[in-house]
Amino acid sequence: MSTPISMNVNGRTVSMALDPRMLLVDFLRVGLHLTGTHVGCDTSQCGACVVHVDGRAVKSCTMLAVQAEGANVTTIEGLAPAGGLHPLQEAFNVCHGLQCGFCTPGMIMTAVDLLRRNPDPTEHEVREGLEGNICRCTGYQNIVKSILHAAAAMRASPTAA
Amino acid sequence: MHPFEYLRPSTLADALQAGAAGGYLAGGMTLLPSMKLRLSNPARLVDLGAIGELAGLTVTPESVVIGAMTRHADVAASAELRRVLPALAELAGGIGDPLVRNRGTIGGSIANNDPSADYPGAVLALGATVVTDRREIPGERFFTGMFSTALAAGELITRVRFPYPERAAYEKFPSPASRYAMVGVFVADFGGRVRVAVTGAAACVFRWTEAEQALSRHFTAESLAGLAVDGAQYNQDLHGSAEYRASLLPVIARRAVARALARG
Repeated sequence: MSTPISMNVNGRTVSMALDPRMLLVDFLRVGLHLTGTHVGCDTSQCGACVVHVDGRAVKSCTMLAVQAEGANVTTIEGLAPAGGLHPLQEAFNVCHGLQCGFCTPGMIMTAVDLLRRNPDPTEHEVREGLEGNICRCTGYQNIVKSILHAAAAMRASPTAA
Repeated sequence: MHPFEYLRPSTLADALQAGAAGGYLAGGMTLLPSMKLRLSNPARLVDLGAIGELAGLTVTPESVVIGAMTRHADVAASAELRRVLPALAELAGGIGDPLVRNRGTIGGSIANNDPSADYPGAVLALGATVVTDRREIPGERFFTGMFSTALAAGELITRVRFPYPERAAYEKFPSPASRYAMVGVFVADFGGRVRVAVTGAAACVFRWTEAEQALSRHFTAESLAGLAVDGAQYNQDLHGSAEYRASLLPVIARRAVARALARG
């Protein structure tokens, strides 16, 4: 049993027929080889699989690929033009916002949505905004610092994002 | 996940026709994890995601009407709702985490009736009306037990209508791990007629009538002092004992009253 789908992933239209059981994260990783999106817990708790669907950060392990029919999907690979870095990616680099790096794509995709809704968050608001993302290295201090750093950079230069 | 037939209708009429022989998929925040665990195995899944008429929030002078497919994030972010019924916007803004709130829906939450879900507390305390494709169900009669509701097979919630209290607030003590309410209390004061709904503590959301009587006399946190809580039938799990939940209830209820009063 397969269902035809068509969606836009990182600016590219993809159309194919899928088993409706396929999760969006598996479609991205296995179907499109976009392995920047990670599977951590596979139980909608850790946030390593966060991508944007029509501009909203969602856990792609808890969404069927067929539910993204007609949607615009952005993964970590599509955040910045080839060879460039998004201000948040830049900030995670500058502020040492990662240790093992497994949670990083999800942290960044969540943070992009957070800063879109709230361009000037307090540290407390950043921590609340990361409620659905877990870093098993417990590197939260620098993750929060990175997001605040990026927020300041993006306010100073709004076109950079 | 077991195989299923997937349908994505774009109109309510088509969804109802397909749903008569299947299950509905709203935000999927509970259903999809349940299907992964094979606790839920629908033969046919009717995805409501493409039906625009089921989403949206309308404020009228008498009530606020929220479409069943309205996402928690949109309820939380509604400036209109924050003005007319801030307690409900705050409740929606505290469900799960931001990523869950971007997918989860009000209709899905109340149709699922998880014992620890937040929305059932608001529906019961505010005396909301659950509107389905075929009738209107008063909030008091909607929640019938753990994960069970008054909905018939194939019946679909289309919207929920909330009347306005004079003041209201929701407070919860979330489990540090799951963020689900171990005890959540929604208090609503309709001009001296107070309703108190409790979620998380027992198998199903319920009204705490002793607290309602005390608060109807004096709407102060002190009014709740000394009220007995019979927690014999409360939930008992890895997050806490029934006794623990029973001792949490008056604490959370006092916080909810204080929060409602602080709004002025």
